[in-house]
Amino acid sequence: MPQILVIAEHDQGQLKAATLAATGFARKVGSAAGGQFEVLVLGHGVAGVAESLRHCGAVSVLTADDPALRHPLADKFAAVIAGVVRGRGATMVVAAASTFSKDILPRAAGLLDTGMLSDVIDVWPDGGDFTFKRVLFAGNALATVKLDGPLKFLTVRAAAFATPPPTESAAPVVAVPVDGATLPNQIEFVAREGRAAGRPDATEAPIVVSGGRAIRNADDFERLVGGLADALGAAVGSSRALVDAGITPNSLQIGQTGKVVAPNLYFALGISGAIQHLAGMKDTRVIVAVNKDPEAPVFEVADYGLVGDVYEVVPELIAKLKPG
Amino acid sequence: MKILVPLKRVPDADTKIRVKPDGSGIETDGVKFSVNPFDAIALEEALRLKEKFGDIETVVASIGEEACAEQLRTGLAMGADRAVLIRSDADLDPRAVAQVLAALFRREQPGLVLMGKQAIDDDSNQCGQMLAALLGLGQATFVSKLELLDHASRARCGRETDAGLETVTVTLPAVLTTDLRLNEPRYVSVPGILKAKKKPLEVLPLTDFCAGAVSRTKLLRLEAPPHRQAGARVRSVDELLDKLRHEAKVI
Ligand SMILES: Cc1cc2nc3c(=O)[nH]c(=O)nc-3n(C[C@H](O)[C@H](O)[C@H](O)COP(=O)(O)OP(=O)(O)OC[C@H]3O[C@@H](n4cnc5c(N)ncnc54)[C@H](O)[C@@H]3O)c2cc1C
Ligand SMILES: Nc1ncnc2c1ncn2[C@@H]1O[C@H](COP(=O)(O)O)[C@@H](O)[C@H]1O
Repeated sequence: MPQILVIAEHDQGQLKAATLAATGFARKVGSAAGGQFEVLVLGHGVAGVAESLRHCGAVSVLTADDPALRHPLADKFAAVIAGVVRGRGATMVVAAASTFSKDILPRAAGLLDTGMLSDVIDVWPDGGDFTFKRVLFAGNALATVKLDGPLKFLTVRAAAFATPPPTESAAPVVAVPVDGATLPNQIEFVAREGRAAGRPDATEAPIVVSGGRAIRNADDFERLVGGLADALGAAVGSSRALVDAGITPNSLQIGQTGKVVAPNLYFALGISGAIQHLAGMKDTRVIVAVNKDPEAPVFEVADYGLVGDVYEVVPELIAKLKPG
Repeated sequence: MKILVPLKRVPDADTKIRVKPDGSGIETDGVKFSVNPFDAIALEEALRLKEKFGDIETVVASIGEEACAEQLRTGLAMGADRAVLIRSDADLDPRAVAQVLAALFRREQPGLVLMGKQAIDDDSNQCGQMLAALLGLGQATFVSKLELLDHASRARCGRETDAGLETVTVTLPAVLTTDLRLNEPRYVSVPGILKAKKKPLEVLPLTDFCAGAVSRTKLLRLEAPPHRQAGARVRSVDELLDKLRHEAKVI
């Protein structure tokens, strides 16, 4: 029976919602093949995050809490994860796909000489083992794969696994000992540019408004894309064209090499619909595209397409969404 | 100092990927292959460091079929000093690739490994981190700014994370993986191509070099993703809002 370890992700004391989708994966495996799962929270001062996970269905919420783990540095985090995997006898280690898990999980897998699958979207039991489905080629292909070996590392796409309802019983919080002084010390934290406060993260919001090359500068982005997002309580995103132009930060990029989102509603404003962009948003429930080119490929995936100039359409949308 | 830059041969980012009807792989007939874009960025950065500091040797390496020599020649034409091709026709997963690169690291003893964050074919985003773990080295992934400090004993790296730009310093040797904003790779020039012909390209069979590197991932089948139907065109903002409110019920 699989013993799953889910690695929790949090941002300054706030649990990332995608972690719950990873517990959804664990519960899916558990209901298909038996076994149970534990969650591991790493960091410093993580009691609050651990508390928020007690009803996620895990048998225990493990905490690795130490000043040395204040910042998610890969050398330290991977070493702690490898130790916990050995100590708890885990056979599967899972986290939601993100820059956090992509940085740390492959390193922990390397320390344990084990294979890993990225961006898993489905799993089913197969004999005593499992078969997985994952996304590759910028979403142009889905692979059905097996991963040999007694231990498997996985990142999962949050959108592919529903957040399970909270359990009635509360799991105990169990501290795993960490000796900060003995952890590797090859990477030193210098600074982090805070994410602009106010708007939700695109990976967590039910509505995402994204702008593309049609947007000519940062002020217009804020006024049009930001303005529409605020009118809807939505997150903002962008194509790579705007990141390259220095109009938006990299953390807003949606796509194959940026964030993958699957909200209820996605606005593609002046985005052509390159395959690398679609890779990051085509599992959205409802896609709206506004583009002045009626032949733009984005219309092939849009549920509602409006041919028009974003500089005219978006202000009108904002005005008509404003209450009163 | 020596900088090792792995280059993966991948279908060009501009080609349309089609899955073979039998699900065994993708159609490769008529497909153009290129250096993985992130690896070209890694090589460009290595070349800029060489131009800045002089005394740097850049070694490009690829693991795979004979045809990977094309991408290595591209790397040499961009300006790399020499190339190593580790020949294998097997489908290698990131763990196996990391094992081969670790063996190559031990042979070459570079001061830095610069590589792509992600191969745009398998989209794994694992090799660099696994390599760093196997070698017990520091790592910085998703690097979009790089500066060598203290006589190249440390690197200061800006990393693109979901939450924004993070800055770390890493002790060298280390493995750094590149993000798109690090630089814009140069084009190969005609003199570059001519020079590349004379540069050394060593070919080593994987079975001699690192026989233990065997894939644990088994591909059972590849399929095209479900097709998303194009929806309706709306003629006005009012019609769009009406549909979003009353048909899709999303706002
Ligand atoms: C390795 C690699 C990875 C990549 N990863 C990503 C990724 O993760 N995410 C990503 O987005 N891209 C990625 N790209 C880039 C991608 O290929 C495209 O270049 C990019 O998505 C184009 O952005 P765009 O649609 O904003 O710009 P364009 O393709 O230039 O499209 C602009 C659109 O705006 C329309 N337009 C112009 N003016 C107006 C107006 N006033 N009103 C309405 N419409 C207007 C035009 O008709 C056009 O359709 C990647 C590329 C490579 C090679
Ligand atoms: N066969 C290969 N040959 C050379 N380098 C590779 C190979 N496979 C992966 N890499 C390197 O590892 C990086 C990450 O690949 P991946 O983990 O597969 O997404 C790539 O950008 C390359 O730098």
